[in-house]
Amino acid sequence: MPSRTRTRTSAHRAGRQLHGGPFAYAVLVLFAAGSLFPLLWTAVAASHDNTRLARTPPPFWFGGNLGRNLRTAWADAGLGPALGNTLLVAGSIALGTVLFCTVAGYAFAKLRFRFRGPLLALVIGTMMVPPQLGVVPLFMITARLGWTDRLPAVVMPTLVSAFGVFFMRQYLVEALPTELIEAARVDGANSLRIVRHIVLPVARPAMAVLGMLSFVQAWNDFFWPVIALTQENPTVQVALTGLGRGYVPDQAVVMAGALLGTLPLLLVFAVFGRQIVGGIMRGAVKG
Amino acid sequence: MTATTAAVEDPEAGPPGPHDDDRIPGKFPPPRGTWRSQLHRWDVRYSPYAFVAPFFLFFAAFGLFPLLYTGWASLHRVELTAPDRMTWVGLHHYARLLSSPFFWNALCNTLTIGLLATVPQLLMALGLAQLLHYRLRAATFWRVALLTPYATSVAAATLVFVLLYGRDYGMVNWALETVGFGPVDWQSGTWSSQIAVSSIVVWRWTGYNALIYLAAMQAVPDELYESAALDGASRGQQFLHITVPVLRPTILFTVAVSAIGATQLFGEPLLFGGAAGQKGGASHQFQTLGLYLYEQGWFDFHLGRASAVAWTMFLILLLIAAGQQAVARRLRRGR
Repeated sequence: MPSRTRTRTSAHRAGRQLHGGPFAYAVLVLFAAGSLFPLLWTAVAASHDNTRLARTPPPFWFGGNLGRNLRTAWADAGLGPALGNTLLVAGSIALGTVLFCTVAGYAFAKLRFRFRGPLLALVIGTMMVPPQLGVVPLFMITARLGWTDRLPAVVMPTLVSAFGVFFMRQYLVEALPTELIEAARVDGANSLRIVRHIVLPVARPAMAVLGMLSFVQAWNDFFWPVIALTQENPTVQVALTGLGRGYVPDQAVVMAGALLGTLPLLLVFAVFGRQIVGGIMRGAVKG
Repeated sequence: MTATTAAVEDPEAGPPGPHDDDRIPGKFPPPRGTWRSQLHRWDVRYSPYAFVAPFFLFFAAFGLFPLLYTGWASLHRVELTAPDRMTWVGLHHYARLLSSPFFWNALCNTLTIGLLATVPQLLMALGLAQLLHYRLRAATFWRVALLTPYATSVAAATLVFVLLYGRDYGMVNWALETVGFGPVDWQSGTWSSQIAVSSIVVWRWTGYNALIYLAAMQAVPDELYESAALDGASRGQQFLHITVPVLRPTILFTVAVSAIGATQLFGEPLLFGGAAGQKGGASHQFQTLGLYLYEQGWFDFHLGRASAVAWTMFLILLLIAAGQQAVARRLRRGR
């Protein structure tokens, strides 16, 4: 039936080859605008002052107060030290997650040991259990360790992730040739050498993706930091919670704070957006 | 000069150490059972445990133990001011929960907000994934743009939405009024506030789920679509009869993940509630189970009661997981 296929000009190539029509672009423009608008408007609101935000219609374009509001948020609302804390926390968590999950993922992917199956099942089974169900004992533990209101309280419980182990395992199962490890073994290389000179170089792309995903997640982690820390020594999210509870009455300053707390991640996204998208999609197929 | 060469040659001149075994093949065959081969065997046998140990140590200390100990703590009276002093009360906290109108309110709110947040989110994500699956100009741009809300923290996003949903000066009400609808009180109305809170969740997660669906779609072989197109199936028919059935496991997975996330909902309602956020609005109209837990533990100082709420949430989670398993099994059998 060549005539019928020829009339369907847009559908004659199927699947991935299908070109997006004007309708597809229109919907995508709409959703992309909806996704970006609240962020853009955060910046707009942060560039006005409280009296302007209490008038209709709301402002649609930038005012002249952005610098002043950012300075107030940075110094008076404590976003400056909070950003420093968050950088430290998210950085340590990303490093720890990548390191521990890579070696564990390597063991699960390529090494033989007793209880490998059950242990891996345990990892996968706990992947979906939300950590916040254990906050009460976690709070007791950190209090006893003397970590109340200190950064280890939020770093240590988040230092490993079941998803990370699974993610690295799935990557290494395919990317790391088993013969390479066996050859190194025959040559007398010990386990640490094999990890350093064979596993880590092969795992590097996946490690980078896992590092970025962990960094984003740690930066935005909310429930536990809000419980474990106070406004004396906050992460960005804890400081923003303080702003939301009305510690600063000026809404424009609140918006400047939200902007300061989001900008670093937006920069990460602007630079590594493609890799992060790829990482999420890769994790999805295997998960 | 001579001194240094002598120093370099010195070890070879001396009695053969264990390191010399492989350098001089045949001369000193490496005897089995020496400490070195023993070490090698230990390394092969035990290094896997060393590699997985850090994960399991941290997981046991900060994941598994707290989760299980929550159950134990829920049977005790524990106060925030003296977390080390525990008095046995048995199932008292659970009985109290079941007779508390605030608990049932929080449970219902969690359910409705969960549905309001999950259903539109996943439906839109599915549609968007189909669009992203087309051959597009600037494909990466669309993906990154749709994922941007995921990079925004709960706190930052909610603070903006609070302003956008403001009753008197918010942009949403301004837009509604320009098209002729009365202003909506997004803060104190039950439905309106729950819709507002849900919309924040939808905004943050739709793009993320779209990417997950897109990944699954890209694994569908093109021939399926080709033969369907040859048979004259429209794009809509292809979507309904090929894409959705093939994506069923992925859809089930995202439903489970979103449902679990919905039971844990915390940051959005907390910050949407402003100064007394843990209440979830003046009449608890959007207090979720997560907020109820937080209020019991850290505002009423009753860690034991908070633990009971946490274990109730854990129970709900197990129900969700069991439901997902049952559906997955039926799907597998049906194929």
